[in-house]
Amino acid sequence: MLALDRVGKTYPNGVHALARFSAEIRQGEIVAIIGGSGCGKSTLLRAIAGLDPASSGSVRLDDIAISAPHEKIGIIFQEPRLLPWLSVADNIGFGLSELPADVRRERVAKALARVGLADKAKAWPRELSGGQAQRVAIARALVPQPEVLLLDEPFSALDAFTRRDLQDHLLDLWADTRPTLILVTHDVDEAVVLADRVLVMRPRPGRLFETISINLARPRDRNSELFDHFKRHVLTSLDRSLDRNVLDAHGRSDEGGAMWW
Amino acid sequence: MAMTVDLPATERIEADAQAAQPTRLRRYLRPMLGLLLPVAVALGWEVIVWLGFSNGRLVPPPSKVFATIVELAASGELSRHIVATLSRVVSGFALGVVAGTMLGAISGYWVLARRLLDPTVQALRAIPSIAWVPLFILWLGIFETSKVALIAIGVFFPVYLGVMGAIRSVDRKIVEVGRIFRLSGPAMIRRILLLAVLPAYIVSLRVGLGLGWMFVVAAEFMGASEGLGYLLIDGQQLGKPAQIVAAIVIFAILGKATDWLIEIATAPLLRWQDAFGHHAEAA
Repeated sequence: MLALDRVGKTYPNGVHALARFSAEIRQGEIVAIIGGSGCGKSTLLRAIAGLDPASSGSVRLDDIAISAPHEKIGIIFQEPRLLPWLSVADNIGFGLSELPADVRRERVAKALARVGLADKAKAWPRELSGGQAQRVAIARALVPQPEVLLLDEPFSALDAFTRRDLQDHLLDLWADTRPTLILVTHDVDEAVVLADRVLVMRPRPGRLFETISINLARPRDRNSELFDHFKRHVLTSLDRSLDRNVLDAHGRSDEGGAMWW
Repeated sequence: MAMTVDLPATERIEADAQAAQPTRLRRYLRPMLGLLLPVAVALGWEVIVWLGFSNGRLVPPPSKVFATIVELAASGELSRHIVATLSRVVSGFALGVVAGTMLGAISGYWVLARRLLDPTVQALRAIPSIAWVPLFILWLGIFETSKVALIAIGVFFPVYLGVMGAIRSVDRKIVEVGRIFRLSGPAMIRRILLLAVLPAYIVSLRVGLGLGWMFVVAAEFMGASEGLGYLLIDGQQLGKPAQIVAAIVIFAILGKATDWLIEIATAPLLRWQDAFGHHAEAA
């Protein structure tokens, strides 16, 4: 289980990006974090990844405190961030350097086939399309078999068709080993199609506004009425999260809020 | 980085279009185009001297320069001078590259080292390197050591600056990939930083080599008994312009050849690059 306990982040320049964010995320759960810009969702994700540790509160994965990158936590960024001097296969195997070469080769080959890029093993990253490159990034993050996979707006740079394709593909891959997925997004459709729970955040400073459970069986039909219902629910919550006059959705006013306006 | 989906495709189309034409002819003709101007000027001057419009005493015609080169080569003088100059450039270049790379990497990677080291290096860089010559002669004598030291100084600065600047400007996003996979400091340098700076590093090596060739002339002016720079001084003192031009031509050939060596030796290391230049060359 991933336990976030009153996670807060104040940057050295004084910007208060995240305040007292608490949540518990079960192993294998898919959680989408959504919110307007500047609501601290990327800050939160980077704190969980151990890239920019929280300045207060704690992130714990099965009772291990996370303050630096951890082998059980993988991350996929908005850009593929492939290493341009490595072939596609070597990029995927980048995190496996401690394994013997034959084991590594086998796992890379399996991952390549799994993301449908077996024929691109020897290609350079520059020869891939945006969607293909992001698939390689997904394979690279999944191949060390993390327990938690963080995704920071992973499909936002892609066109609508590729995005849908990769969303479905991600669910497919998730079903293999069922890691916990935490997905930062600003796409309501994406949040509802993927997540078990949608955490809506509100800005300045970023904090949790409302938690919405998506009780829909998978695979989800994007055209169904229920799907629309959940989308509307998330959209309404998002709108209200940006309204300064609204109390937290839980009915209490947020502590410390008065400090910010 | 990998977003240029369509570039390989365009390249392929152009390659197809070229295949339809007599490609072999084009491949040989294109570099020839660059030779057109110098060859025309040389031939023009040859004709002018031959026709008697100029006696060609101060500006020798190409045939005379060529004859001088042949003469020097036949007597074995030429190879002696070339070996002398080349060995000075090679040892000075090697020293400069090693020092520049190490110090550049240290001050590029380690902030404290940069604060400590860089102001001094930058101040030294502002000194015209020829100004060191008298001091080097006093310190190191008039023989090889002082010459090699001067060349090494010339090579050091571009390499130092190139390595430091390149390491400092490595994309944070790429470095973060290394952090996510928990690379140690040395592994980060070996698996990410060095490879990321490779293209800029090679450019700085080539700049450094160019300066090495510049400084070898200065070094050989300060009293040498052999070397191409000696040929220049000797030609001036004995009034042999053909010998000066011959030495200049050989400098040009050697400079170009060594630069080309670096280029082809490093080309396989840079095949991954998605650079504008690559596609322009391929087209």
